[in-house]
Amino acid sequence: MRYIALFIVLMLIWLLFTFSLDAGNLIVGAVCAAISAAIFGGYYPRGSRMFFHPHRYFWAVIYLFIFLWECIKANFDVAYRVLHPGLPIKPGIVKVKLNVKGEMARTMLANSITMTPGTITIDIIDDYIYIHWIYVSSHDAELYSKKICGRFEKYIRRIFE
Amino acid sequence: MSETISLILISIGILFDLLGCLGLLRFPDVYNRLQSATKCVTLGTWCILLGVFVRFGFTEIGLKALISIPLLFLASTVAAHSLARAAYHYGFPMWKKSVADDYKEQVQKEEKIAKSFEKPAGS
Repeated sequence: MRYIALFIVLMLIWLLFTFSLDAGNLIVGAVCAAISAAIFGGYYPRGSRMFFHPHRYFWAVIYLFIFLWECIKANFDVAYRVLHPGLPIKPGIVKVKLNVKGEMARTMLANSITMTPGTITIDIIDDYIYIHWIYVSSHDAELYSKKICGRFEKYIRRIFE
Repeated sequence: MSETISLILISIGILFDLLGCLGLLRFPDVYNRLQSATKCVTLGTWCILLGVFVRFGFTEIGLKALISIPLLFLASTVAAHSLARAAYHYGFPMWKKSVADDYKEQVQKEEKIAKSFEKPAGS
């Protein structure tokens, strides 16, 4: 089941990318998608039933706008640090406790953190996420975990749980 | 009209790409450089792709540009994570003015466990 789902997704992406319905093109795409699905099908996320819940898409759209806003803010933040002659950075790696469960949800949270102001996800071990922060503004664990994860966790939980 | 919008978007994109490259030159260590390389370059490239989409609309080229946006998001974030993690495990030092390093003890713990597994095989 998971292998077939992955095959269909890959085939769709291939068709959109090549944008032609030639017989040769279809055969090449099917062969490539089948090989990739056979190798990576085991990694396809479990619980794909949640793709059929409409309210998840509603939250996903809201999340998309919040994420884009954070992303634009992140860029101006980095641009400011790059252009400032004094190089105002105070880097460090901090450890934050995760409050979301499920592989998909964690992956999305980690990816979102990478795209938000001044933070890069380095690793997830057990329930903790290790984040490289370009400007460590406080050493209070609760304060910074709220600052880094708080704005996304709520929406991620509604989308993926 | 659409041409003006696409030109503006592409110019913004190139500006952010340029800032990202400046960051690569100015920041002191691998991890900070990755920050500018992922954020600025990703949003800059998104802007360029969006500009291409606005210019060409729902045609072959425009749709390809639109699909590239989520793929680029997934690829650049995962690449940043794996590069940072690999750099840390290889032992690249953080900048000397760094203020916190919570990851160190975890890595040392893991290395200890890995060594304890290696010993019986070697002896």
